Amino acid sequence: MRIPCPLCGTRDRREFYYYGSEDYLKRPTDQGTVEDLDNHLFLRDNPAGVTRDVWYHETGCGAWMVVTRNTITHEVLGSELVAKKKEA
Amino acid sequence: MRIAGKGLIDRMRPVSFKFDGKTYQGFKGDNVASALLANGVKLVGRSFKYHRPRGVLTAGSEEPNAMIEVIGASNQTPNVRATVQEIFEGLNTRSQNRWPSLRFDVMAVNDMVSPFLSAGFYYKTFMWPRAFWEAIYEPIIRRAAGLGSLSGKHDEGHYEKAFAFCDVLVIGAGPTGLMAALEAARAGADVILCEEDWLLGGRLLADDAHLDGKPAGEWVAAVEAELKALPNVRLMARTTVTGAYDGGQYSAVERVGLHKGPRPDLPRECFWRITAARTVLAAGALERSIAFPMNDRPGIMLASAVQTYLNKFGVVPGKRVTLFANNDGARAVARQLMAAGVTVAAILDSRTDASAVEDCPVYLGAQVTDTKGRLGLRAITGTHVGGEFALETDLLAVSGGWNPTLHITCHLNGRPRWESSLAAFVPLADAVPHLQAAGACNGAFDTLGCLREGQAAAQAALRGLNRAAADAVLPTAEGLPYVIAPLWQVAGKGRAWLDFANDVTTKDVKLAAQEGYSSVEHMKRYTTQGMAPDQGKNSNVGALAVLADTTGRGIPETGTTTFRPPFVPTSIAVMGAGGRGAGFAPQRFLTSDQASRDRGAPMIEAGLWYRPSYFPKPGEASWLASCNREIGYVRGVVGVCDVSTLGKIDIQGRDAGRFLDLVYTNMFSTLAVGRVRYGLMLRADGYVLDDGTSARLGENHYLMTTTTAAAGLVMRHLDFVHQSECADWDVRFISVTESWAQFAVAGPMARALLNGYLDQPLSDFPFMATRAVTVGGVQARLFRISFSGEEGYEIAVPTRYGEALFRDLVARAETMGGGPYGMEALNVLRIEKGLITHAEIDGRVTAFDIGAAKMVSAKKDCIGKLAATRPGLVGPERAQMVGLKPLGAEKITSGAHLFVPGADLSRMNSQGHISSVGYSPMFDRDLGLGFLVNGRARVGETVRVIDRLRDIDVLAEVCDPVFHDKDGEKLRA
Amino acid sequence: MRYSGLKVITEGLFGNKGWGPAWRNPAPKAEYDAIIIGGGGHGLATAYYLAKNHGLTNIAVLEKGYLGGGNIGRNTTIVRANYYMPGNSEFYSHSLKLWEGLEAELNYNVMHSQRGQLILAHSDGQRDTLARRGNAMINQGDDAELWNLDQVKDFAPYLDFAQTRFPIYGGLMHKRGGTARHDAVAWGYARGADRRGVDLIQNCEVTGIDIVNGVVQGVQTTRGAIRAKKVGMVVAGRSSQVAAMAGMRLPIESHVLQAFVTEGLKPIIDSVISFGMGHFYISQSDKGGLVFGGDLDFYASYAARGNLPMVEHVMEAAMTLMPMIGRAKVLRSWGGIMDMTPDGSPIIDKTPVDGLFVDAGWNYGGFKAAPASGWCMAHLMATGDSHEVARRFRLDRFRTGHVMDEEATGSQHNLH
Repeated sequence: MRIPCPLCGTRDRREFYYYGSEDYLKRPTDQGTVEDLDNHLFLRDNPAGVTRDVWYHETGCGAWMVVTRNTITHEVLGSELVAKKKEA
Repeated sequence: MRIAGKGLIDRMRPVSFKFDGKTYQGFKGDNVASALLANGVKLVGRSFKYHRPRGVLTAGSEEPNAMIEVIGASNQTPNVRATVQEIFEGLNTRSQNRWPSLRFDVMAVNDMVSPFLSAGFYYKTFMWPRAFWEAIYEPIIRRAAGLGSLSGKHDEGHYEKAFAFCDVLVIGAGPTGLMAALEAARAGADVILCEEDWLLGGRLLADDAHLDGKPAGEWVAAVEAELKALPNVRLMARTTVTGAYDGGQYSAVERVGLHKGPRPDLPRECFWRITAARTVLAAGALERSIAFPMNDRPGIMLASAVQTYLNKFGVVPGKRVTLFANNDGARAVARQLMAAGVTVAAILDSRTDASAVEDCPVYLGAQVTDTKGRLGLRAITGTHVGGEFALETDLLAVSGGWNPTLHITCHLNGRPRWESSLAAFVPLADAVPHLQAAGACNGAFDTLGCLREGQAAAQAALRGLNRAAADAVLPTAEGLPYVIAPLWQVAGKGRAWLDFANDVTTKDVKLAAQEGYSSVEHMKRYTTQGMAPDQGKNSNVGALAVLADTTGRGIPETGTTTFRPPFVPTSIAVMGAGGRGAGFAPQRFLTSDQASRDRGAPMIEAGLWYRPSYFPKPGEASWLASCNREIGYVRGVVGVCDVSTLGKIDIQGRDAGRFLDLVYTNMFSTLAVGRVRYGLMLRADGYVLDDGTSARLGENHYLMTTTTAAAGLVMRHLDFVHQSECADWDVRFISVTESWAQFAVAGPMARALLNGYLDQPLSDFPFMATRAVTVGGVQARLFRISFSGEEGYEIAVPTRYGEALFRDLVARAETMGGGPYGMEALNVLRIEKGLITHAEIDGRVTAFDIGAAKMVSAKKDCIGKLAATRPGLVGPERAQMVGLKPLGAEKITSGAHLFVPGADLSRMNSQGHISSVGYSPMFDRDLGLGFLVNGRARVGETVRVIDRLRDIDVLAEVCDPVFHDKDGEKLRA
Repeated sequence: MRYSGLKVITEGLFGNKGWGPAWRNPAPKAEYDAIIIGGGGHGLATAYYLAKNHGLTNIAVLEKGYLGGGNIGRNTTIVRANYYMPGNSEFYSHSLKLWEGLEAELNYNVMHSQRGQLILAHSDGQRDTLARRGNAMINQGDDAELWNLDQVKDFAPYLDFAQTRFPIYGGLMHKRGGTARHDAVAWGYARGADRRGVDLIQNCEVTGIDIVNGVVQGVQTTRGAIRAKKVGMVVAGRSSQVAAMAGMRLPIESHVLQAFVTEGLKPIIDSVISFGMGHFYISQSDKGGLVFGGDLDFYASYAARGNLPMVEHVMEAAMTLMPMIGRAKVLRSWGGIMDMTPDGSPIIDKTPVDGLFVDAGWNYGGFKAAPASGWCMAHLMATGDSHEVARRFRLDRFRTGHVMDEEATGSQHNLH
């Protein structure tokens, strides 16, 4: 499996750490509710098909990215930086 | 026997080798199977279940019968295909799965009682009495099962791994693959061509084909020469592509040294990870047998194998050959045999409408109904349109048609399509992205079709790569249509084998269906059909057809089981190359490593690091004596310890303080420059992630330390928090763990030691302060922090000065009556002081549990704060950290559980556990840290420490975790 | 038809003509008292115990493919009761007791073999962590022994004690641990359930769950609508998709776990050996194949196949721990789809929909759990109350924080 890093190009999967659903990007603050937390950390759509999940180019550039992938075919459809997304 | 003038072996180079203790001679270019057949050896193995005598069936890696052990000087390799293993001088082999000998195998008694050993019989018996399963039945079954044997000795062989990348990967170098490689190579693409055999050419050589009116070998040689000369081509013979994976990645195994005698300079095998932009699968096809009664005897072979042995090795393993086929292919084999002077007794063609014109008798509508010859075929009987026949024959060449070698197209879960005109499965077009099957593996069974498809597939690949085609000129070749009339099984009294290696017969498949195991997966699992070393390459399609017949469904409706990697069985050693010994994980060494070893310190693993356990001195009876002495250094004089394994992260920017406020539970933006603070970090789920100190080196500059265990984890966490929460903040950070060597100098004389050593004496430098210093002119950082409870400092220098600094510090400490201390002493010191490590914050522990709830600042948000407020993470029912002091001198153990005295020792009554224990010279007894339900409210109570694994039953007092210097007077001295 | 050695012999004498089907192949009825979605090991066990323990026989198991086609048919067949956390400890203990009587219970030889399981320790700290667990096992009433280095050497002399990257300090031996023949468990439960009248309906995919006013009414399937007042979702590997039919989002992420088997070899590894530092475990099947596996591939997946990095990692672990198996050849690799929960522990619970129950989240430990999972799910569906050994397997425990993080790696999806 190969993962496209927006900064480094397509690299072997073994350079990356997998985190999980992009739900992880929606952290509730200490003012949030338990429901927010449940949706952020635990409950998942877990689609059999196209998903968007968060990866880290751990032994590469250190960038976190959202990868759009298919969980049935393992086809990788694209990736974008988490940081860019946040700044936008 | 050998046929003069035939074969590609080098008759000028005889090679001798051993099989079952006897020496045989073959030639360079032989494999074990061809050489044994040339020597008249027909019996080469025993089957798995019935221990039936078996001979060579095929001429390739799909061989189900001829599996042998190769005996090396120091080890043995089981289950080697005699059809693949090339012979070399001194090669020593033996048969397997037989006792006491191959000719006389006592387990062949299984064959006599085969009616009782039908499919799945073991699910129905061996159940009573219960204890007999492990004691009697199972050991007998285990001993009888299995094929070859491992020696039990470490595999000391050398193996390698490699990566490769290409534009076009071509799998297989028969006519299709050679044509594809030639086309792609001439177009300038980077090409890798993998071929399982040691010779390129595939069936062009085995079939004795002609191209451009000349022997095909000439064309093969010309193509090979051209490809070899091109810089953009890598030819990989003896290399089997074993799997397709995601993103155009393929695994392949190269047999580098297996065909040679011992060669220390060569690996045995190399495991390749090939990434290809486009792939042409040109893996050919495999001939299949027919399930006729008693079809498993030595001397019954596939027709294509007979042809291969004739044309590649000059061997015909029989004097009177009969062919039995349902297609035209066997005719060419018969003609070639006759042309070579071999007697062909008859051609048995199952079709009634086929030609009867050959230079030998032809029986049409023929079926073999029985065979004779226990250790080698002697005779067959059968029926044909004219009645019955009986033939004396010692070699029966069978062809039930061909199956495309499409296995790799199934590796990404693709299922093949049934093509009734070929009576075979063919691959779906897009089963593996960017892979195109061509030639025989795509159902094109004629040479011209293979050449055409190979070129077309290469051109499609070139288009995908935006390259112009080379339009190589195709040679002229045979283009005969493939004509087949399916024949899967022949009725008769005897058993008819499908899966030779696993002894699955047509009766077993029928019984499975009769018992309701009629889905193809149930049939496979119930009968073990297709689960043998050939993974059903020889038998799956036939078994499927028998199942379809039995259940009245068609083959497409019956469906298939799937093929999974590896395409051929692959050694664990080659896929795990590099993992032996220390190779499994990186080793990390301290700058003081050699200095510690020079002092005889045993090193222990701390994650990937090696740290000194203790520093023994002459006369010390045990590690404990050394440990106690080292504790004495720190408590009484001064001790030195390398603490460089702690993670260090350099954090800079105007928002650095704000960033630390977000990741730590407590406040860091308010920390004064030149000061250090202890911080606690939570995971997103609210549990403790890590702890450590962070120093403010400048207005916009912090240095964070992490525990050794969590250094990588914390770095990843910081990157995530930064990029996902506050990428717009002015903060940047980098791991500097390897950049600094850091040493603790601790004890009442620590300041005196440093004052005599630093370039400037320490003036006002309170607890939890930091400053830049120089030592011997080298820039260093000094921190006043302590992990022992004594007055303590940590001094950090660039890594290249680490060893020198350590040696200096230790020498100075020794002149003062102190010295180095190791992990054992460090552990006791921190337990006495009630300081935690990952033994305490083990991943399930909250800030509340360790009594640090107050460290979670109410003034600000932080990662994990909301999650930590969930009811399950706080409250008196949770085990809280306490100190534990035995009432007497008895030992306690980490891992022991805590009970209320008098309570039953049941799981329900376990009140907690001990996480760390050390013998404290100060208290002259073991001290423990542990977790006890509602522990903080129970200080002063007595609990029972129970370790039933180590026979510990001790009463202990529940204490505050800080045993030593509770008010921190020594720290601040 | 009762299976026995005598029956095997008499059938053998008469051409094995008398063996009847192991189960019927019924058409679905319009209504059942209860429906179990999923004909895997857990679903079949649930059906069996609903019939056997609770007398509910007008029930159906709906399977979209073939019986036992899920993870019960693609695992490394290890059976053990060596858990630490309260909640897991009593559950797996109960399961092991059921295993120990399973052949007699089912009249089907599932080849449960208590060959022992040895977990290796590679540091003092790991040994103490194993001791803590072993003590919990004994406190629960199960067995454990803490072995020193010499005991490990005597037991498994083929391990690489001299050179391995993480030296062996000792280990935790669980003698009642072992293996079983995985498919046989599914088939045994299927046959037992069928004999008690349960309809096992294959090739019947559930396409919808009918809910009116928060009460389940039945299911829609590829073979028509079927009514039932109680519906159990027992579909580990596809739990999220089935739950979505009921409008639920589960705390589950699906991952692939690969496993491997070698060609048949004469007996060489007598028990289950687990190597925590390498995420590696191995046993030898009765047929002679070495069966082994490693860690998750670590990315959400439904592909039932893995990739090379984990393949290589597993093989490297084998080579550092027991290089004597280097010359064994891997015959086949496969991948199972794991319902991964955030804390690594399962769910057997009611749902917010009345009459709808869920048995899911078996992570990579579902095989050994099958008997107790069936037992407890049947209890829940029949009585409406959690069985006492499955009380902590709550669906809402992440929200409340009452998690059961057995591996102490954290209660987040990425940490298991």
